[in-house]
Amino acid sequence: MIAVLLGIFALLVVGGIGGVISEKAPVFVYVGSFVLTLLLFAGGLSALFAATPMALALPLGIPWIGAHFRLDPMAGFFLAVINLAAAGASLYGIGYGRHEREGARILVFYPWFLAALDLVVIADDAFTFLFAWELMSLVSWALVLAHHHAPEVRRAGFVYLMMASFSGLVLLLTFGLLAGAEGHYAFALMRATRPTPAIAGVALMLALIGTGAKAGLVPLHAWLPLAHPAAPSHVSALMSGVMTKVAIYAFLRITFDLLGAPPAWAAVVVLVLGGLTAGLGILQALLEGDLKRLLAYSTVENIGIIFIGIGLAMAFAASGVAIGAALALSAALFHVVNHAIYKTLLFFGAGAVLSATGEREMDRLGGLIHRLPQTAFAMLIGAAAISALPPLSGFVSEWLTFQAILLRPALPQWGLKLMIPADGALLALAAALTGGCFVKLFGITFLGRPRSNAARQACEVDRFSRAAMLAAAALTLLLGLFPGMLIDALAPVMRELLGVSLAKQSAMPWLSLIPISPARGSYNGLLIFLFMLVSTGLIIFAVHRFASRSLRRAPAWDCGFPDSNPITQYTGASFAQPLRRVFAASLFSAHETVTLPPPGDTAPARIEKTYPDRIWNMFYAPIGFAVGWIATLFNPLQFLTIRRYLAVVFAALVTLLIGLAIWQ
Amino acid sequence: MTISGAIVSMVAQGGEMGLVLLVAPLLVGYVRKVKARLQRRQGASLLQPYRDLRRLLGKEVVLAENASWLFRTAPYLIFALTWIAASLVPSFATGLMFSWTGDLIVIISLLGSARFLLALAGLDVGTSFGGLGASREVMIASLAEPAMLMIVVTLALIVGSTQLSTIAEFLRSGVAGLRVSLALALVALVIVALAENGRFPFDNPSTHLELTMVHEAMILEYSGRHLAMLELAASLKLLLTITLIAAIFFPFGMTSGDNGVVDLLGVSRGILAWGGKLCVAGALLGLFETVIAKMRVFRIPGLLGIALMLGLLATLLLYVSRGL
Repeated sequence: MIAVLLGIFALLVVGGIGGVISEKAPVFVYVGSFVLTLLLFAGGLSALFAATPMALALPLGIPWIGAHFRLDPMAGFFLAVINLAAAGASLYGIGYGRHEREGARILVFYPWFLAALDLVVIADDAFTFLFAWELMSLVSWALVLAHHHAPEVRRAGFVYLMMASFSGLVLLLTFGLLAGAEGHYAFALMRATRPTPAIAGVALMLALIGTGAKAGLVPLHAWLPLAHPAAPSHVSALMSGVMTKVAIYAFLRITFDLLGAPPAWAAVVVLVLGGLTAGLGILQALLEGDLKRLLAYSTVENIGIIFIGIGLAMAFAASGVAIGAALALSAALFHVVNHAIYKTLLFFGAGAVLSATGEREMDRLGGLIHRLPQTAFAMLIGAAAISALPPLSGFVSEWLTFQAILLRPALPQWGLKLMIPADGALLALAAALTGGCFVKLFGITFLGRPRSNAARQACEVDRFSRAAMLAAAALTLLLGLFPGMLIDALAPVMRELLGVSLAKQSAMPWLSLIPISPARGSYNGLLIFLFMLVSTGLIIFAVHRFASRSLRRAPAWDCGFPDSNPITQYTGASFAQPLRRVFAASLFSAHETVTLPPPGDTAPARIEKTYPDRIWNMFYAPIGFAVGWIATLFNPLQFLTIRRYLAVVFAALVTLLIGLAIWQ
Repeated sequence: MTISGAIVSMVAQGGEMGLVLLVAPLLVGYVRKVKARLQRRQGASLLQPYRDLRRLLGKEVVLAENASWLFRTAPYLIFALTWIAASLVPSFATGLMFSWTGDLIVIISLLGSARFLLALAGLDVGTSFGGLGASREVMIASLAEPAMLMIVVTLALIVGSTQLSTIAEFLRSGVAGLRVSLALALVALVIVALAENGRFPFDNPSTHLELTMVHEAMILEYSGRHLAMLELAASLKLLLTITLIAAIFFPFGMTSGDNGVVDLLGVSRGILAWGGKLCVAGALLGLFETVIAKMRVFRIPGLLGIALMLGLLATLLLYVSRGL
């Protein structure tokens, strides 16, 4: 415990030093962060498997409360996930940070951001938690604004700050409710006292809003695709891959730990929001042409999938099917790990493309597989993993979620009976659309012919960036081949939150994944992978040995009419056009107008497409308008004389006293 | 399982894998023959697909100048993925050795992986046809795959398992009886199967230059042994889907290959039954393709949406009532 705190403190120091020294600062900061996060990763793992939770109270913060820290299995698990991804990002940063022009704006805040993330998961009282939460928000806001010269970055920073304060405010109210009238700010006291169902319900909904706003739950996701891509790529990776997971952690901590058993109706709400988030997130990702924004929207989708898993776990826990809850929660946490790994990998790849070409717009890239072979390979693995293709890790969490949906226990609620199958369909739809979305991302960016000079002259990135990407790719393959190890590692968390855990997977024959029983369903990624290797090898050998092996390079065939101009290729926008017509026309009221010049006119034909952001127009714009209107209304209050101010203060006091008198 | 039992079941599994590989081109030839006869043509020989494959395998590969390594390895990987998926579907016997490595969801995802690679390969050379095919394939898959998964969910809810061998044995035992949800799932599965294989009314498997083509547009740049691999994979996929429908909805005549004991009588009966099912299904497919016209591309989502809704409806029925 002390070691973990020291590690976090050391990260803060590293950031401070990084701001002071000028030369070699990037290398110092990133190497320092890399080493420290690896140590913290080990600390998280040891806490995950420790027999008893470690706790520590320091005389910091509010005097009569102090600062409580605690490392139980769940905190250990999230600490390990955070620092694993952070170690990757730091390794990537050693190379990527060299190109950074705004050095000092990042170098100070980067280690502080890592420290804040770690602090949130080990906090054990409301004050420390909220302090760390706000620190995380503020420091990441500073990182988003690193390139503050661009106006769209400033707008992203503003929206992000608003949403972060909103989330902080709602969480403050949540903890206020949990603390009760006596002010039990330490989590241990909250655990000991169970609030009434009404208060627990309100607190749960507030927690869902507060953490959902940070995680990117629809409709509170509007800031995410603005803010995540605006930051430097390794920070985007951390914001998408890790910070959203910290929000998941906060939700799990409040729902399953502090509040006890969640009610069934809350599960319905979570399932509805999770399904909507998954579906809308991936559709918007499909329509996106900017590499990093596409990845940010895909983060929204993955958050939805995780919330579907959590919602299933809540539903099963409320119905008394403990093993089902353990299965669903294992699926959700498996997805947490997966997404932390492959989303950081994909953001690293996007950053590599950005530093190699200076381009984020897919429609100006292409053919990078020839210029950036290793980056392309790592990105291919990442794209296949996020598309849930076996034998990579993404498939396992999707498979586990489906196994949970298929349990079908006797459910007490009609809402659940309808929502669980609907979520199954949404999950399936999201999985299929993800495949299409990442075919587009990889195919348009890395395959085909280069669409710009920048793409034509790109060079492979430095070796640290490549090492970080290839390591992440290897990890996602390993997790896909040996998923049982991760599920076994999740067992302490399950026992802590639900009281039961899945059967030990490493004891299963052939290292198969058998969550409930072999008759219900089993999956063996390792054997599938071996079959793939053997049969591919066999067929390549047989064809080259017994059939022809001659090969000739020639111009592309293209049905006899090849066009040397690369703009005749499909672009990202044209690739997504059929899907846009199928899904987005009604959902986002996407609209295309084609203007054809009259015959004989040589002006180019134009196609223009618009998709108004309905959620923005329906939720955010009215609120913004209302705030502005109220502010204008109260504007005269600014220019009162001192007498009038005193009168206003007096009137307020009297009103409050009358209110109090009526209350009692 | 004893050593000899393991050997027996390994031989049975290997035999099954070899058999599907051998039969797949014949099925394609058979469907073509049926269609030709229905159009009052003589048609090519049943063995023509084998001759085509041999010819393609012997030819030189003409590779586009900017084709990457992905383009060259994709055909082999696609073939391998489809082959593994086919070996996981019980054709004449349930419970073969490999059948426990993956369930129905795995089979769908393996086919999904093959499609992912094929769409990427279509984009690799950077021609307009490749992009067109890949884009349309993704559109079709984005509806067909969820529909397929909902069918799986329906079956799994009835049987209590996603394991295909268990499903086939359960449905063969007749405990499930006739159910509304099964009927809905069958209709949905047939629609999805037609879409997955690029058959009428979704795609025309026998044209090359048509504006609505999907599969053929993606493989337009392929030649020689690469094309042979893709053609073989496509015919394997057709065989796989028909076998899948047969194993789920018409599971009679199959033998149980569990416990490493395989009786030869049961196996030969199973193979005969499987052959019979393939004959009937192929004839129906040929008949269907003769009487129906191809759809416009943007009518396709409507039909696939119906399949998805049927799958969802079947699942909902099962969540609401256990008897339906």
